[in-house]
Amino acid sequence: MSVTDEIYQDLILHHSRRPRHYGPLPDATHAAAGDNPLCGDRYEVRLRLDEKSIIRDAAFEGSGCAISKASASLMLDTVIGLSRDEFEELFRTFHALVSGETPSPEAVAQLGKLAALSGIWKYPARVKCAILCWHAVHSALAGQAHASSEEEFASNSL
Amino acid sequence: MPCWTAVFLLAMTNNSTSDVLLPATIREQFACLREGGSQPPLVYLDSASTALKPDGVIAALTDYYRNMPANIHRGLYPMSEAATAAFEAARATVQKFINARESREIIFTSGATDAINLVARGFGDGLRAGDEVLITGLEHHANIVPWQLLRERRGIVLRVVAMDAQGDVPLDAFRAALNGRTRLVAFTAISNALGTELPVAEMIESAHAVGATTVVDAAQAVACRRVDVQKWNCDFLAFSGHKLFGPTGIGVLYAREALLQAMPPVKGGGDMILSVTFERTTYNELPHKFEAGTPPIAQAIGLGVATEWVTALGFDQIEAHERVLVDAALKQLEALPGVQIIGRPGKRRSIISFTLDGIHPHDVGTILGEDGVAIRAGHHCAQPAMEHFGIPATIRASFSVYNTLADVKALIVGLRRVQEIML
Repeated sequence: MSVTDEIYQDLILHHSRRPRHYGPLPDATHAAAGDNPLCGDRYEVRLRLDEKSIIRDAAFEGSGCAISKASASLMLDTVIGLSRDEFEELFRTFHALVSGETPSPEAVAQLGKLAALSGIWKYPARVKCAILCWHAVHSALAGQAHASSEEEFASNSL
Repeated sequence: MPCWTAVFLLAMTNNSTSDVLLPATIREQFACLREGGSQPPLVYLDSASTALKPDGVIAALTDYYRNMPANIHRGLYPMSEAATAAFEAARATVQKFINARESREIIFTSGATDAINLVARGFGDGLRAGDEVLITGLEHHANIVPWQLLRERRGIVLRVVAMDAQGDVPLDAFRAALNGRTRLVAFTAISNALGTELPVAEMIESAHAVGATTVVDAAQAVACRRVDVQKWNCDFLAFSGHKLFGPTGIGVLYAREALLQAMPPVKGGGDMILSVTFERTTYNELPHKFEAGTPPIAQAIGLGVATEWVTALGFDQIEAHERVLVDAALKQLEALPGVQIIGRPGKRRSIISFTLDGIHPHDVGTILGEDGVAIRAGHHCAQPAMEHFGIPATIRASFSVYNTLADVKALIVGLRRVQEIML
């Protein structure tokens, strides 16, 4: 297996060259920065949740490597329509997969195209690239939990 | 003279069809460069991160652990005396290597970072609020953060003289940043991120003219040029063993004896004392005052061997060799579409930083790694320098004594493959 089979497959390259959900999200309700000072990768993830806390729309912007960008693109594609708990469960599965563990086939099926990133575990230095924007979504969603006033909501989430 | 030096000298005379000045037989002394040593064969272009270690250095480490694994400066039995003699001989070797006046001016530390932190504590803590410490925009984090910590402790003013668009620190800008309040000037001799060589002697002369004390970060310089503390006339100089083909965990702080005499010890413990009671401790003489606890004995001995090894190669040959490589690499990189060279310093040593249009340096690093080509991708612990060029990271290729023109070619071929995959 070569690096082009394990990481830089057509699907990953396609999403890194032309990421989906890339750009601003003017009516976002939640946002967080994903920052990897070691590589200089930096993204801003924005989410729009409805009153039932379902992710209705999502977008990201920023700069980073092909893996972080493709992972963000594929992830946002997948998480739209999910609740916070569903996202956290998906994140756990993805984290396990890219760390070299073997989640159940049912769990992997939930990941859909994101399973293309499973080979990353062989490149430990790059695992953090693959999960950078996942952490950002996690933070953005956590911000909502602490948002008890308009002001705090603004500072914590946007 | 240790036997491995003899082996090396023998190898030197067996000059084969080397494409550059140093004989390719040098590579035989590095396990991971020997045929079959790595798969795929290693193209090591990351010596600015850490240099590979020749067999002789590794043999010296093993020799200590096998044949004289005793503590130093305390045992009265022959093995401890042998270890003490080897450790202190290494100090004398390092003294000669940088042409210090006295071996007691050589303090063993854990590395260049530790050495600079020792200056920041031992000398810096004597500064007062409002005193100025001047550094340059080229500095490695190890020569930035200790001064920021000092600012927090003592209220000093930390000033930075910026680099220009080429990645040089112009002498006139440096001089303009000096003033009567400048108490300490700390700068790198060679930038680890861009390869820029600074005019060390001139900068020190200007700093001394305003009464400032000088610290030279020679971590990058010691492996690629002759460093002579008397010629440079520096007050402090720091370097690491591991970039000099020596072990990790060992470094050196050189300081003028008068400065060391005036400085209080920074770490307390065994070996740095003459007598201890619960009321009072009398500190040991130099250099032991600054070497509390059991030092990295094997590493110091290994560093001594590494400096002898480099000296035997000769800095004239090393400089010429690396010049051929870096010139060839620059020329071939410039011919590759999409390459942007970061930094165009007037005097460049064996380091080139660059980017590839549309491809993140980390993707480059991963793909080149598969080909056995080892480069550094990132900010090189010099984030302010990266910010200066408005980029988060670069690809950095650095060249050393064991590299050949074939390595340069492998880099270029690898980069073409990266572009084929990623673009």
